[in-house]
Amino acid sequence: MTTTAPIRPSRPTSKPPRFDAAAIRRDFPLLQQKMRGKPLAYLDNAATSQKPQAVIAAIARYYNSLNANIHRGVYELSADATEAYEKARGKAAQFIGASDPREVIFVRGATEAINLVASSWGVVGIKPGDEIIVSALEHHSNIVPWQMLCQWQGAVLKVIPMNDAGELDLDAYAKLLNHRTRMVAVTHISNALGTINDVERIATMAHDAGAKVLIDGAQSVPHLAIDVKVLGCDFFVFSGHKVFGPTGIGALWARAQLLEAMPPYQGGGDMIASVTFEKTTYNVIPAKFEAGTPHIAGAIALASAFDYVNNIGFDAIAAQERDLLEYATGQLSSVPGLKLLGTAAHKAAVISFNLDGVHPHDVGTILDGEGVAVRTGHHCCQPVMDRLNVPATVRASFAFYNTREDIDRLVAALGRVKEVFG
Amino acid sequence: MSDLRELYQEVILDHSKHPRNSRALPAANHHADGHNPLCGDRLKLYVQVDNGVISDIGFTGAGCAISTASASMMTEALKGKTVAEAEALFQRFHHMLTGAPDEQPSEDEVESLDKLGAFAGVREFPVRVKCATLAWHTLQAALKDQPAPASTE
Repeated sequence: MTTTAPIRPSRPTSKPPRFDAAAIRRDFPLLQQKMRGKPLAYLDNAATSQKPQAVIAAIARYYNSLNANIHRGVYELSADATEAYEKARGKAAQFIGASDPREVIFVRGATEAINLVASSWGVVGIKPGDEIIVSALEHHSNIVPWQMLCQWQGAVLKVIPMNDAGELDLDAYAKLLNHRTRMVAVTHISNALGTINDVERIATMAHDAGAKVLIDGAQSVPHLAIDVKVLGCDFFVFSGHKVFGPTGIGALWARAQLLEAMPPYQGGGDMIASVTFEKTTYNVIPAKFEAGTPHIAGAIALASAFDYVNNIGFDAIAAQERDLLEYATGQLSSVPGLKLLGTAAHKAAVISFNLDGVHPHDVGTILDGEGVAVRTGHHCCQPVMDRLNVPATVRASFAFYNTREDIDRLVAALGRVKEVFG
Repeated sequence: MSDLRELYQEVILDHSKHPRNSRALPAANHHADGHNPLCGDRLKLYVQVDNGVISDIGFTGAGCAISTASASMMTEALKGKTVAEAEALFQRFHHMLTGAPDEQPSEDEVESLDKLGAFAGVREFPVRVKCATLAWHTLQAALKDQPAPASTE
């Protein structure tokens, strides 16, 4: 049995379709359960999203009726599994506006995708003295692989600074770009602060300097309609589990000619055309980058997540999340002693904050006692914390299935923090 | 909420807001850094040991209420104790926090820890155990003169 989102196709009006949050929430079994005896207010969507029944059912359906290894068997089951897996690749391509499914490489997630690019493209594209630019807003996964590459190749890492609001300083970025710049790797949306970066402009400026551009879409794919052609990047990466799909599956997109010129990332089965002890020739893309049996069930279930999201539509999602962001910003701003961190003009539905005199971990524990799940800590963004001069923050991050009631419960739970800490 | 009251007992809140011995002792003959990589909490511990007795002890660093109170109450409990007594206290403290779920610490066990028994509530919050033990792991490192920072991982 599958459930579909109860959203009508969008009508040709400027008003987004009415959003039936209660019906949407019923599609997510986990949201029905209680935590610590209270209904769950799940506000940690930037860490991972919950899964609709349709995605859970797709995984079960695969293992119940379709499980066989792909690209190998001559029997029907294997052919069916292969077809479903490749169909999922097509849907992934479509979801991010790519015209050629061969340009989508299935990986474990955004982290592996960035490591793939750093390891494969990096070792032929980067020479001693070359420069790689990242931004002050990056997740550790878009810093460390480039640091490793810099160490291997004798290259230099540069950082686009940000202002106190959490916005990148593009004038400073312009000054960092030069003829030695080979790669600009930036996040589309900051996981810690919610800043939406002007990645189109960043990409144009990088290309003018002759550099390649990688966009980390881990936080944008669940919230914005993506078109890699419009973004103008060379590489785009995302994780399935943040876009209502399973963990352990994600994708790298890159233009075919780039992928064809890159050496393999890992060696093994499926990525070869022929193997002898003297010489191995590699398979064509995308197989060249998918050594070993991939996460077949994950890819197929991820395609179900794309269907689910498409059925709701990004217009409706954007309207709902904008409402949540505005409401939450207003409500939280009225909490005494609460300081918002990350106040960019262009922001996704992510709110980082701290309470005066109370460490984020203590806030998190007390919120948990009220059934409110938030992330506390450095959010894998220690440089962002250092820049804002805080050890950690509390972060509430929203998805379309969140409601104003979730935010009311967050605010009420913050009142409990005051009660305990005085 | 009752669990939370168990966790954030008055004595813990008091020590977190007004930590005792929160000062650097640059001349101390033992010191170590402690780090909880999970949450980023950092602690520097200074221990002066004379003839096997902890004659002075202090700490600096920022952390959550649990880790700050734990460091504060640890320093209070250890001043004047021998290194062997400190080691034994750590073992009892650690057992109170991390013993298997079916072996709840006995009342005697909690009482024998005196004020440190206030941390018994942390048992119910497994992700917070590391906050309560960071100072103690750092103490181990300091007494053994470990060059690398103590880590809760």
